Amino acid sequence: MSEDHRLQISFVVNGRPVDTEIEPHLLLLDLLRDKLALKGAKRSCDMQVCGACTVLVDGNPVSSCTYLAFEARGTDVTTIEGLADGEKLHPLMEAFIDNAGLQCGFCTPGMILAAKSLLDLNPRPSVEEVKEYMRGNLCRCTGYKKILESIEDAAQRMQG
Amino acid sequence: MLKPFQLHEPTTVEEAISVLGKFGDDASVYAGGTELLLAMKEGLLSYDHLVNIKAIPGLDVVDYDESTGVLTVGATATHRALEYSPLVGEKFSLISDVEHRVANVRVRNVGTLGGNLCFAEPHSDPGVFLLLYDAEVELVGSGGARKQSVEDFILGPYETTREPDELLTTIEVPRLPEGSRHAYIKFGYHERPSLGLGLVARVDNGTLADIRIAVGSVGPKPVRVRNAEERLRGASLADLFGNTQSSALLDEAGRMMAEAAEPVTDLHGSAEYKEHLLRVFLEEALEEATRG
Repeated sequence: MSEDHRLQISFVVNGRPVDTEIEPHLLLLDLLRDKLALKGAKRSCDMQVCGACTVLVDGNPVSSCTYLAFEARGTDVTTIEGLADGEKLHPLMEAFIDNAGLQCGFCTPGMILAAKSLLDLNPRPSVEEVKEYMRGNLCRCTGYKKILESIEDAAQRMQG
Repeated sequence: MLKPFQLHEPTTVEEAISVLGKFGDDASVYAGGTELLLAMKEGLLSYDHLVNIKAIPGLDVVDYDESTGVLTVGATATHRALEYSPLVGEKFSLISDVEHRVANVRVRNVGTLGGNLCFAEPHSDPGVFLLLYDAEVELVGSGGARKQSVEDFILGPYETTREPDELLTTIEVPRLPEGSRHAYIKFGYHERPSLGLGLVARVDNGTLADIRIAVGSVGPKPVRVRNAEERLRGASLADLFGNTQSSALLDEAGRMMAEAAEPVTDLHGSAEYKEHLLRVFLEEALEEATRG
């Protein structure tokens, strides 16, 4: 392929406008990690099964490992780096820390972002609803119980 | 790693068809990309041209025509759109029920029903509910438009009747008969389903007045099992559960399902195992759909 198929795209990442030129086959994960130095999203299974690469596009979770970067044009992308308000952590982050909702931490950015999209959609989910929604985010430290407790705690904190 | 490709973004169906016609096998339609990009990353598929059809206005429609009772789902409507549509939830609850269980939230958020059908991965849920509804697809190509039942459209693993220069534009789903209830049993320990068994039943006066059965994921493609439907239609509920005759009847229907579905031995289990599951889950699905 010749190299004159580059696209100019504009979007917002964590509240910051980004204008960049990319090739159509660039994946969103690589754009975030390699061009924008946002390393929170991880490449792990690389096939949309594990959720470690989860980011939010207009508030909804996508697997950035299998999502073409150009699709983000005109959208608002949130990565784990954009969740805290300055020094003030997001209630989900606080809840994950206070409930030991992480061990090695590799899955945590994806877990927290997926959970955020759930709580934005359904502020008071039942335990079953949380399990169902979070089914696609895997933790290889098997810390699911603590993760579920963290999300429940966060839901309560966010109710105020 | 994804190999470079040229991106085309037509804004009309005609334009999309013309691009597809021009590049033939070097081009692929690109909608959600959830299956296509995986195969391309693995190097199993390779295209110099991707035709993004999401820029075509109106192709993501989810619309119900009260007068005909038909739901129209555009090619680029996502699983999520169907999962959360109040209209679908109210009038096509089998669809929202199954869509809610497709893959995971991220795949449902991006993946499309049209793409799922055209990719024709055998381990997949939507084909089963579309067969239960007697759904049709509309395809538009350089020679014009044609309609075909989903049943005839899917030929086998990764194979449909779609020509390289044809675009699936809409899926048309007629409503189920009044008073129908459904069950969809999805089973498996892998990310993709090992078995999907869908059943629609209408009970009248303690009798199974009508029944539709479809099976997916166990064999090369989703199938309706009409002889098993025929065999069970008219049975009284008392005949279906809990005695020696009912057990023989369900065994027979289960065998018909196994014959139609052609279970294959793969990483999800042996053919024999899947045949056994079909019989077990037939009874479970029947109970669910007939006993509330």
